[in-house]
Amino acid sequence: MKYFFKKLTSLIITLFLISILAFLAFQIIPGDPAVSKLGTEATPERLEALREEMGLNRPVVVRYLIWLQEFLTGDMGTSYNYDLSVREMLGNRVPVTAALSLLSFFLIILISIPVGVLSSKNVDGLASRLTAVVNQVIMAVPPFFLGIFFTLIFGFIFQLFTPGIFVAYQESPGQFFVYLLFPALAIAIPKSAMAVKFLRGSISDELNRDYVRTAYSRGNTRTAVLYRHVLRNALIPVVTFLTMTLADIVASGIIIEQVFSIPGIGRLLLSSIGTRDYPIVQAIVVLLAFIVVLLNFITDLLYKYVDPRIKI
Amino acid sequence: MKRRYLTFLLAVVCTLTAVLCGCGDGKSGAEPTNNGSSGEETGSKSENGDTTNGASIGGGEIVVGISQDLDSSLDPHQMVAAGTAGTREVLFNVFEGLVKPDSDGNLIPAVAIDWSIVGSTYTFILREGVLFHNGDTVTAEDVVYSINRCADASSETTYVPAFSVVKSVSAVDASTIVIELAEPDTEFLALLTVAVIPADYDGQAAAPVGTGPFRFVSYSPQESLVLDRFDDYWGEPAYLDKVTFQIIPSMETMIMSLNSGAIDIAAHLGVDQAGQLSSDRFNILEGSMNLVQALYLNHTVAPFDNVQVRKAMCYAVNVEEIMQVLADGRGFPTGSSMYPAFSKYFAKDLVDSYPYDPEKAVELLTEAGFPDGFSMTITVPSNYDPHVTTAQILVEQLAAVGITARIDLVEWTTWVSEAYAGHNFSSTVVGLAASTMTAQDMLARFESASSKNFIGFSSEDYDRVFAAARASQDDAEQVALYKQLQTILAEEAANVYLQDLCDLVAVNSQLTGYVFYPIYVMDLSGVRFSA
Repeated sequence: MKYFFKKLTSLIITLFLISILAFLAFQIIPGDPAVSKLGTEATPERLEALREEMGLNRPVVVRYLIWLQEFLTGDMGTSYNYDLSVREMLGNRVPVTAALSLLSFFLIILISIPVGVLSSKNVDGLASRLTAVVNQVIMAVPPFFLGIFFTLIFGFIFQLFTPGIFVAYQESPGQFFVYLLFPALAIAIPKSAMAVKFLRGSISDELNRDYVRTAYSRGNTRTAVLYRHVLRNALIPVVTFLTMTLADIVASGIIIEQVFSIPGIGRLLLSSIGTRDYPIVQAIVVLLAFIVVLLNFITDLLYKYVDPRIKI
Repeated sequence: MKRRYLTFLLAVVCTLTAVLCGCGDGKSGAEPTNNGSSGEETGSKSENGDTTNGASIGGGEIVVGISQDLDSSLDPHQMVAAGTAGTREVLFNVFEGLVKPDSDGNLIPAVAIDWSIVGSTYTFILREGVLFHNGDTVTAEDVVYSINRCADASSETTYVPAFSVVKSVSAVDASTIVIELAEPDTEFLALLTVAVIPADYDGQAAAPVGTGPFRFVSYSPQESLVLDRFDDYWGEPAYLDKVTFQIIPSMETMIMSLNSGAIDIAAHLGVDQAGQLSSDRFNILEGSMNLVQALYLNHTVAPFDNVQVRKAMCYAVNVEEIMQVLADGRGFPTGSSMYPAFSKYFAKDLVDSYPYDPEKAVELLTEAGFPDGFSMTITVPSNYDPHVTTAQILVEQLAAVGITARIDLVEWTTWVSEAYAGHNFSSTVVGLAASTMTAQDMLARFESASSKNFIGFSSEDYDRVFAAARASQDDAEQVALYKQLQTILAEEAANVYLQDLCDLVAVNSQLTGYVFYPIYVMDLSGVRFSA
């Protein structure tokens, strides 16, 4: 219990600090929403007047405190650009990014665990060595390149989806899933390669342990040893790696969203920074920070569950 | 056991994927995502339609790809006051003013059917039976409301500064409006293209209502805007049933979408991009962007305060080469601050004011006291590829006469804030356009007192001629005065004028009727499927 409260406090403090940093960052970079709105119609007088109207002339501390107060009561503010509430704008997009991230995550697990285990069975065999090489190559490929590559292969050549035109879940769940499958693969494949490398290393470590020798001497087959004894132990570091990867997936998602024109929070974040739409950026930054900290928290808990010896 | 389970799971996922792919509809085919509907509805339309390929078909839906997000609210007055060109381009189909521009740049009657101008009094007779998209009839009150809204200086978002000349607007009777100006202004009529909107409706920002040939259906920020045909339009109805504007920020994705048939029209393409499209599925139309791209010089920063130096730079720059690299030679050299498509006011003899002559450039530089050249910085907004490429070419051309130029890439909002509004730059490559179709809009910024005079240009001659042009009542005299202003700019070498960029539009070859306007708009009312 004490552990839980300690973690909770540290979560809150982290979020608080991040929101302050994000707020301050905008004060340093040039330009503000008034400039972005007026564009080439901007003259010093009109800018001043618009800033007054938007409330941008009040001191930074005051503006931050007002934002904080509203945020804590559930009001995330209104977008400067779109005149829609931030909640509404995020509400449409968060599920899309979440779907993409979860899909990528499952694909990583689906791909990396079988590949890692199967290629570790016979360390000197062809399969193992081949996997090692292919792994290295794939780890080096950036997700956005894979994204463009898949668009070419699966979008144009095989025509399994129409590049550039996103299908919403409401329109057609089937097509929605298919459309997200390829960006998810683009994110998943390089990360699976890392997970496979991790897993192989972990398994080969375990295979050198004493208890493995004992298991063999008791008559277990190679397969049995691998699955019944080694895997559970080898998975420990991989589990922690995977949970942290989930946070990383959300970040990779930002670039992939651009390549595949997916209306998720990544694209919204990028364009809002460009137009200095403070309310949206603050809300998304805090949201992402929350997800990362939460996932790390879950990782710690999982660690404790998987290996009771560990005391945190 | 575990292995079999995992293998089974993998097999299930693969099968599921295959099945769902099969379930998907044929959207991924190479045909456009639309179909010309039956020709029965066309009726009278095919008589007016062009007959190059036989009768044209009414109906059908198209998807247009646009690269800029519609990031202002959809309020039409805000678009003019402070909006982005991208929003104006699209919503041109939804709104009309008392008058509207045609594709040659003339003003034709829209909500007003006739008007008369006497001194500073404008009298408009309203057309009968014009309906708003919400079904209400347009009344004189709506017109008065719309104009007052633009002239209301207390609102920073909808106030259009050019409307400050309006003294009063009133409805004389149910179909006559009288506008009184503070002083006569022959270009005021062009300002009356601002939208006429219902007086009792305040949801314009999210759900615009106007009188145009297309009606707003929905808008999903960063995704798409959907319009459908307004069947009760007062004039000739549009042909297409529905138009979806799909926002595709990346040019590569735009080309992919064109090739896959997901979109039918995309404007503002580069030459390389247009080259990737199949020529039997797409027609590539060439127009102009209606802006003046130039190396704008800050006159308050040495040595750009020296006219010899500026002239030298003009001689050093080879506009033909720039056009060649950017667009295979396509483009329209300007010579001064006016774009060629605005043919009424464009002074074409100024294009050759400074023919490419590097030796002369060096000569002038030496005379000015810079025999070994000097160094300078060119600030460029990073989101506009043509300007960035142009800046790189300029660096080379200037180096040939001894001027060492360095490029400073900045993000767009930073550019507006620092360089444009803050005047914190020494030179910059950018394209400037006009938000209303008036010569005044292009040339007013060089008046010494103008708040948009970001280059710090100051000339008594210019100010005098500008005031005379604004006061002039005679059209021919006014045109001559505006041309004189352009001549002053060219003689003073106020900036190194380059070109009006070529605008390539890819249109699905089954469509016809796309026309170019001398302003940044996309008129879809005439677009239709040809048989």
